[in-house]
Amino acid sequence: MGHKTQINAEDGKQDLVITREFDLPLELLFKAYVEPEIVEQWMGTTVLKLENKKHGSYQFETSDAQGHVVFRANGVIHDFSPNQNITRTFEMENTPFGVQLEFLDFEKLTDHTSKLNMHTIYESVALRDQVLQLPFAQGINMAHNRLEDIVSQLK
Amino acid sequence: MNLRRDVFQAIADPTRRAILLLVASQSMTAGAIASHFDTARPTVSKHLQILTECELLEHEQHGRAIYYHTNAKQMKEVADFIEPFRKLWDDRFNKLETIMNAYKTRK
Repeated sequence: MGHKTQINAEDGKQDLVITREFDLPLELLFKAYVEPEIVEQWMGTTVLKLENKKHGSYQFETSDAQGHVVFRANGVIHDFSPNQNITRTFEMENTPFGVQLEFLDFEKLTDHTSKLNMHTIYESVALRDQVLQLPFAQGINMAHNRLEDIVSQLK
Repeated sequence: MNLRRDVFQAIADPTRRAILLLVASQSMTAGAIASHFDTARPTVSKHLQILTECELLEHEQHGRAIYYHTNAKQMKEVADFIEPFRKLWDDRFNKLETIMNAYKTRK
């Protein structure tokens, strides 16, 4: 039995693929990507803007307990088909990582399960490898703590 | 006393992660690094010391200035390349699943 979430990043390539199977109907999985208040909960960030349409754009921001912005990201949505796919760019502001292109494919497996395939392309091999090596650089721990609070409140 | 510190403890701090991110692409002096933070200069120096002790940062003397940069080799070892990245997404997706299951039952 492998991991529920799998990463495929071949050596010397500038892209990677993240796949994940969910115990959720396709519609609920897709909803988690388009409803700002739900995105905020699982991404652990504030959604400043999220226009779910072709040529729409989005912006996320995370602040620490003192109110300092520790993470800000934005992107443009190039393609948007409900319950099927989202094509968008993603850029973490004030970082050397550049813009990445993301192809998100949502797939129904059964009435109660679904699958996400996320193909991300970076500007270069070096940038992809840097992003892979710095998962902690995105202020994730803090976001996680906040998420755990939210989830425990839901129960 | 100069104990070798736990690298994971070192990267658990948001300011230290921000410092690593800053110097990932270019070498910088302590002063230049400190100018990016509101925290007091001695606090930043302490962070630099901790990161240097666990070998995530290296420094080089150029004239009177000391430039800091990330030690790619150590970063790679610490990160075990892909597992923390996978774990990060796995955690996120686990939250998504929990939240949406709660959402479903509320409806």
